[in-house]
Amino acid sequence: MAVYTRSGRARPHGSGFELGVWYLMRLSGLALFVLALGHFSITHFIFDPANETSQWIVDERWGSVLWRTVDWLMLTMVVLHSFMGVRTVVQDYTHGGARTALTMLLYLTGIALFLMGTMAVMTLPFPVK
Amino acid sequence: MLAWAFHRISGVAIWAFVLLHVLDIWLVGANRGLYDEVLRFYASPVGRVGETLVGAALLYHALNGLRIIVMDFWPATTVFHKQLWYASWVVFVVVGLPGAYIILRPIWAGAS
Repeated sequence: MAVYTRSGRARPHGSGFELGVWYLMRLSGLALFVLALGHFSITHFIFDPANETSQWIVDERWGSVLWRTVDWLMLTMVVLHSFMGVRTVVQDYTHGGARTALTMLLYLTGIALFLMGTMAVMTLPFPVK
Repeated sequence: MLAWAFHRISGVAIWAFVLLHVLDIWLVGANRGLYDEVLRFYASPVGRVGETLVGAALLYHALNGLRIIVMDFWPATTVFHKQLWYASWVVFVVVGLPGAYIILRPIWAGAS
C-alpha cells in the first residue's frame, strides 16, 4: 500500500518511474483543472445539451483546428491522469498476478481509448463553407 | 481521511464517465445517428441529473486536487490543510449550486 499524507500520496523517493508518475499526476491535474472544468462549462453553461447535436459539433465545437487541438490535449491529459489514477487504486488493493494482469489491462484500455479519441478528433470532416 | 476517500471515489467515478464519454464521441465519426441519440439522452431529465452528479464529482476532485498540489509544492501550507479543505467546500457550494440550477432548470422549465 502506498503511503498517503495529509495531502495526497507521499512523493516517492529516488528518481524512478514512480516519481515520474507522481509529477505527471500533479502536472496533468493542473492542466485538467483548466481543460476539464472549461469543457464542462462550455457544454453546460455557455451552451445547453438540448442544442448540442453532431451537426453542432462539426459546425461549431470542432470547426477549427485550434479547438480540436485543445480537446485533443484534454484527451491526452485525461487518459494519462485517469488511468494512472486508477492504477494507483488497483495497486492499493491487489497484489501478485492479479495486480499485474489488471495493470496491463488498464494500460491496454487506456491506449485503445486514446486511439479512439484521437481518431474521432482527427478524422471528422471540417464544415463545408 | 474523508478528503482522501471522496477524492478516490470521485476519481474512479470520473474515470468511468471518461470511458463512456470517449466511446460516445468516437461515434460522431463511426455512427452519427447513434451519437445523436446519445446526445438526446444527455439532454433528457435523467441525463441532466447524471451530468449534475458528474459535474459535482469533477468539481470536488478539481478543488481537492488543487489543495493537494498546493500543499505538495508549498509544504508550509500543510498546517492549514483543514482550512483549505473547508475553503474548497465553500467554493464547491458557491460554484456548484448555481451550476446545478443552470443544468437542471430545463427539466421543469420545459426543454428548449
